[in-house]
Amino acid sequence: MDRARLLAAQAGEPVVTLARSHTTVSVERATLRLAGLAGADHDGEPWVNHLVDAVRRQVGLEHGVALPVWDALSGGQARDLLTLAQRAAAGSASFRLPTGQDRASAGAAAAGAIGAGISRIDAQRRRREGLIAELGDAPRTPWIYLIVATGDIDEDIPQAQAAAREGADVIAVIRSTGQSLLDYVPEGATHEGFAGTYATQENFRLMRAALDETSRELGRYVRLTNYASGLCMPEIAALAGLERLDMMLNDSMYGILFRDINPIRTFVDQRFSRQIHARAGIIINTGEDNYLTTADAVDAAHTVTVSQLLNEYFAKEAGLADWQLGLGHAFEIDPAVPQSFRLELAHALLARTLFPDAPLKWMPPTKHMTGDVFRGYLLDGFFNLAGALTGQGILLVGMMTEAVVTPFLSDRDLALQNVRYVLDAAGGLAEDFAPPRDGFIQTRARHVLDEAVDLLERITQQPAGLAPQGGGTAYPPLLAAIAEGTFGLMKRPPDRGKGLEGVVQRAEGEHGYLNPAIDLLEATAEGQRA
Amino acid sequence: MSNRKHLTEAQRRTTPTIVRPYGDTTGDGMIQVSFTLPLPHDKRAEGAALQLARKMGMDPALVVHAKPIGPDFTFFVVYGSSNHLVDLSQVTVQERDYPLLTPYEVNAAIRERFGRKLVVVGACIGTDAHTVGIDAILNIKGFAGEKGLEYYTELDVVNLGAQVLVPDLVRAARSEHADAVLISQVVTQKDAHIHNTTHMTAAFREAYPAGAVPLLVAGGPRFEEGSEARLGVDRIFGRGTTPGDVASYLVHALVQRSTRKDHHDQHA
Repeated sequence: MDRARLLAAQAGEPVVTLARSHTTVSVERATLRLAGLAGADHDGEPWVNHLVDAVRRQVGLEHGVALPVWDALSGGQARDLLTLAQRAAAGSASFRLPTGQDRASAGAAAAGAIGAGISRIDAQRRRREGLIAELGDAPRTPWIYLIVATGDIDEDIPQAQAAAREGADVIAVIRSTGQSLLDYVPEGATHEGFAGTYATQENFRLMRAALDETSRELGRYVRLTNYASGLCMPEIAALAGLERLDMMLNDSMYGILFRDINPIRTFVDQRFSRQIHARAGIIINTGEDNYLTTADAVDAAHTVTVSQLLNEYFAKEAGLADWQLGLGHAFEIDPAVPQSFRLELAHALLARTLFPDAPLKWMPPTKHMTGDVFRGYLLDGFFNLAGALTGQGILLVGMMTEAVVTPFLSDRDLALQNVRYVLDAAGGLAEDFAPPRDGFIQTRARHVLDEAVDLLERITQQPAGLAPQGGGTAYPPLLAAIAEGTFGLMKRPPDRGKGLEGVVQRAEGEHGYLNPAIDLLEATAEGQRA
Repeated sequence: MSNRKHLTEAQRRTTPTIVRPYGDTTGDGMIQVSFTLPLPHDKRAEGAALQLARKMGMDPALVVHAKPIGPDFTFFVVYGSSNHLVDLSQVTVQERDYPLLTPYEVNAAIRERFGRKLVVVGACIGTDAHTVGIDAILNIKGFAGEKGLEYYTELDVVNLGAQVLVPDLVRAARSEHADAVLISQVVTQKDAHIHNTTHMTAAFREAYPAGAVPLLVAGGPRFEEGSEARLGVDRIFGRGTTPGDVASYLVHALVQRSTRKDHHDQHA
């Protein structure tokens, strides 16, 4: 196990170095959002996009957006950020890179404005802690996690409140299909989405307020979850911190592999978003279940372990603590495979043993849900039993109508009865359950761990400096491995993919890149690591 | 007329044309349904459930389970005998004009029939920046529980993304040796989807020798069904299309095309 962690750190470290030497348009926009810039023009283009684009056109982003923006403000071009962004959109703001004393005062002004946003995040964290102390927490673990997805925030709210009353401890609002590929965050309360609801600051605020009301009614704090993924990962993370979301889906490689987002963009955005999550006391959920929906759950079991180890490394580097790591895995072995349940237990126990202090996120069967709802209900029961038996922290409720329809009211009720029956009947079974030494389960778990170590060794031994397109740039071995198609079936070279044009190398040295948000957040991460 | 009737009678002797659901005895008509009514759970709600069951043709019907879901809803399980008869002679089945294949079958068919990967180039053309459609079909993430075309090992997918100019699309199709080109059009202001699509097909016909144009497929929520010929494309896919539909169609159409070509080569 120590060897696996060491290898994960070896694979991750050069990627962190890469992340520290780049910025992205979304990191810069998130920085402006922390300083309080919100809203959009009449076409729905956010002011943060206008301002970052204008700065980039005039002076580039190598030094970050903060210096030119607060220099323009102190130069009297506008009385506040919003007015400056509006002027920039109209083409009547001019930016320069301040030097000397001007640089120092622009940096200080920026730090003040951005620090106020970080203080708001801190206040929201204290408010969450206060509400939990006052109202009480979820009655037991695993926390019961239910999904709402109507596309209309006004429909989502009563559904989420009903789900909480039915016993959900965590409500997740699924995003509209395709939001991860939008290079801006939509504005306002939204009423139409494709198979989900857009993540916007206003939707976050409305849903959190509704769940606060329900939390009071129920006498327990109900958590809210959304997705910090895709091209706007850092901005969504900032909005989540500001609006007191409690958990965010945030995976280190999901966007690269499954959404063809540029790898460098992803790792830069991810580090910033995780630093915010760390500060905001948000629990991240990683996306390892996705590997098992595309590959065979037995053959690819070790890729889950490798991804969990990498996610852990990147998360801790960004300042997240063990209790914030909802590392993912899933119950996706073909039920026709002999001893499939014992194999599931072996995989779930391996994750539990590797990450004893993390609230693991346990995902229900989807791939082998056939439309036979009766058989599906039984499979979900076994999934719940495996969750109880292996002490999982967050249990996503499986629906017998998975792959058939959007769950009916009754499907959700039946699914919750299933969970409650299993947890009431066998909730304490983890205590009695110790698989025999060198038995089937232990042997299988060891085998998966060995395969994971082999894969990590292959990744770290990938010749560093391999540039897939034959260019002069040297990429970290992990990026070379991703380019070679080591994970999943996808080959994702570092010089391809969506959002690449939004990646900028930071200028170095004391006259170089400045981002007060990152400086403040780095301090949190330092404190956490120490 | 009499001929046809005769045939039906001949059939009737071997297989029944009238069937009823089977519980545990032939002809008992027994079925089971479950549903939720927006009523608080009481005797009236159970009566309402029975009324619904009778109106659905269940007689006698038996409410075997009623459970409140919150204060305003009740869930029911009802068993009963359906008094409807199924007339097999009236059963018509609408088949799609190509078989729906699993990803495994698609890959196997490509390996067997082509012995190489098929190349699919996709894009949103014109000013359309809505990649939600093309990404749902191409990204491995997929749509409606089905993985996108990237998931198929025998398909080589090149997704050019949004706002691709037609000349760039043609160039990419040529350099990648595309077997099929998928374009997505969501924006329909001033018939932009029609203009963009006809512009695209014209450009392909100009750039390729006759008979060598890749399979051209257009997708979007507002294309008119059956307007393939007018737009110059081989196929249109509308709302709700899944990656599996598209993959199955591509294999079917490209196999047909290569078969026609083989015949042609033999005759030549």
